Amino acid sequence: MEKETGFTNKADEFLQMFKKGEEFTKELLKENEKLRYRIAQLEDTVARAGDEARVRLYEERIALFEEELRSIRERFRKVEEENKDFVSKYIEVEEENNNLANLYVASYQLHSTLDFSEVLRIVLEIVINLIGAEKFAVLLIDDKTHELVPVGTEGMAVSDAPRVKIGDGIIGAVAKEGESYFSADLDFSVLDPYSPIVCIPLKIKEHVIGVISIYKLLTQKSGFTNVDYELFNLLAGHAATAIFSSKLYSQSERKLTTIQSFLDLLKDKPRK
Amino acid sequence: MPNILVVEDSPTMRQLISFAIKRIPNSHVIEATDGVDALKKLSSEKIDLILADINMPVMDGLKLVSLVRGNPTYKDIPIIIVTTEGAEEDRKRALSIGANAYLPKPIQTQELIKLVNNFLSN
Repeated sequence: MEKETGFTNKADEFLQMFKKGEEFTKELLKENEKLRYRIAQLEDTVARAGDEARVRLYEERIALFEEELRSIRERFRKVEEENKDFVSKYIEVEEENNNLANLYVASYQLHSTLDFSEVLRIVLEIVINLIGAEKFAVLLIDDKTHELVPVGTEGMAVSDAPRVKIGDGIIGAVAKEGESYFSADLDFSVLDPYSPIVCIPLKIKEHVIGVISIYKLLTQKSGFTNVDYELFNLLAGHAATAIFSSKLYSQSERKLTTIQSFLDLLKDKPRK
Repeated sequence: MPNILVVEDSPTMRQLISFAIKRIPNSHVIEATDGVDALKKLSSEKIDLILADINMPVMDGLKLVSLVRGNPTYKDIPIIIVTTEGAEEDRKRALSIGANAYLPKPIQTQELIKLVNNFLSN
């Protein structure tokens, strides 16, 4: 009987233990479930946190790119401005270069000969081709009569060009004062030989030897440019020097020929 | 190397045009003083472009244009007229007989270079 009771007690104990084990297992399973849920929650949080960090990173990178783009745009704008500046400078240099070429050619040609008629032809060529004058006259001062006498013309006969006393009218005043005259308006509908639209003194230092009197420009020439004024200045000095030198040269040539002829005569003269 | 024939009786203009043309890389300028001289140069040199004045002694620029256009060997050479004659009828006349372009004097160097470059690149 005692043996039987002891066995029952042990069975109860075992049953109790088994129940406890069952409860413990259930608790463990619940705990495990909770932990899994928590892990899932944490994983979700971590994933979300990663996305946010990535978004923040992308936003920062976009901000950086935008800043870079702004800076590139600013640099581009500056380079564009510099380019415009260079282009305008290039055009200026080109114009200056072309003007210098014109002036070089004009002065080179003027001093390329000592023949008076050649020099005169070159002066006419420069005024026609480089300045664009259609009607004009070159007048030189006659030292004996103190008059300006036409020596070369274009677009008009030499006989139509005026002979002017120094100091008389526009042409005479230019010869007297040595200052260029530019008419306020370039109206050349009425051709008056005494009223040029432009009159340039030909002078060596302050000594005026003649003038270039322009009456009409070519159809396509509407006005004067900077290079025209430079050419007028060049003509005032270089044409005068070239004309003066060629006249002196031809005079000295003539004198030399006369002297030579005289010497030849003396040599050939029979001795008494 | 393009050979450019400059036909001009005025030495000043010849020098000025040559000066401008020499700024075109590798270009070579051949000068002629009138139409007859130009025809001689055409027969002895390979010419890629002609720049010709109208008013010249011996043979003028318009006669030269018509002779060049009538010659099967030279008929395709571009011709630019450079002249003091600025009237519209002069321009029309020159273009109608075969000139490719018409440039009135006084010339703008840049304009001349641009025109020559256009014809050479074509």
